[in-house]
Amino acid sequence: MAHIHLPEGLQGIRGPMAFRPETAKPLNELAEILLHAPNSLTAGERELIATYVSSLNDCYFCQTVHGAIAAAHLNDDEDLVRRVKADFHIADISDKLKALLVIAGKVQRGGKHVTAADVAAARAAGATDMEIHDTVLIAAAFCMYNRYVDGLATWQPQDEDLYRQRGKKTAREGYVTMSQEYLPQQKNEAQEAEVKGA
Amino acid sequence: MPHIELPADLPGISAGFAFRPETAKPMRELAHVLLHEPNSLTPGERELIATYVSSLNDCYFCQTSHGAAAACHLGDSDVVRQVKTDAAQAPISPKLKSLLVIAGQVQRGGKSVTARDVEAARRQGATDTEIHDTVLIAAAFCMYNRYVDGLATWQPQDESMYAEMGKHLASKGYRTPSVQRDR
Repeated sequence: MAHIHLPEGLQGIRGPMAFRPETAKPLNELAEILLHAPNSLTAGERELIATYVSSLNDCYFCQTVHGAIAAAHLNDDEDLVRRVKADFHIADISDKLKALLVIAGKVQRGGKHVTAADVAAARAAGATDMEIHDTVLIAAAFCMYNRYVDGLATWQPQDEDLYRQRGKKTAREGYVTMSQEYLPQQKNEAQEAEVKGA
Repeated sequence: MPHIELPADLPGISAGFAFRPETAKPMRELAHVLLHEPNSLTPGERELIATYVSSLNDCYFCQTSHGAAAACHLGDSDVVRQVKTDAAQAPISPKLKSLLVIAGQVQRGGKSVTARDVEAARRQGATDTEIHDTVLIAAAFCMYNRYVDGLATWQPQDESMYAEMGKHLASKGYRTPSVQRDR
């Protein structure tokens, strides 16, 4: 049972987001820019970073839903997602992504763990300053999302297919569009504006 | 030296924000809603939660700037020091003490928060929204702190700079930069 009275029937982060739409808005916008907007790192690579950090933080909801989104971006390769979580060093991903996952893992432990050598290794594998920045911020942001989801003891059903279906849809539509499914107020405001405009 | 090429004259998170304005926008907005907008928890109480978590995460820039904002709201910098060194003994309300316990658990990891911690906060009068906001403030500072230290941003040890930042944060909030360039 969740620690506070959250709207019923909403899994994971959707419960507290619907509970507090004012904070849900920037939380979704941040995820949209970091994970879905165009970037020199592919959406699949960025979702793998999010999944890896969520797995280190042992957050079932986040690692499962972002793992599903990653797989949707990566030709439904769920096995690759599992391999990255189990031991990314031997997974079939680029050396650059491996170096970025090392940095993400350090951020998960604490910001000061990231060393100049970690950053130099990522750069040697071809990572740009922007890619290093975004890796640090994705990892840091998931240290927030994971704590938000587990800190309120949200409902996290163990239903792989639910996450698989949602993963496909989120991979396609992004976070802000998907949030309309569970932020009815925002949707109503948009509809009202439309009615007024018409 | 920062891990990436950040604007040289901006301290702490301001440098990351200037480097990537797209992500700065929702990050500023989140802080503004959580710490500055009207709430049944006072801004001073919410800044103390942010300061406490930043101190547990050993982030110099965040604990000093938010500590300065808290001191500005509360007109008292001693209470900020006391909350960081021993929250249980600090001259703050039992409700805030119980919320700081929850914040400390979130800092260790979301699953560390127990039903008992939440029950204790409720007994001191905390509402569901206050418990929600405490969890999210603590979680958000586990992000901001990692962002600031994970990029090895420049964090000058300059008390007067933080005092000025604190004043800006306490009066204007988080939507606009608290540090001007070429200062």
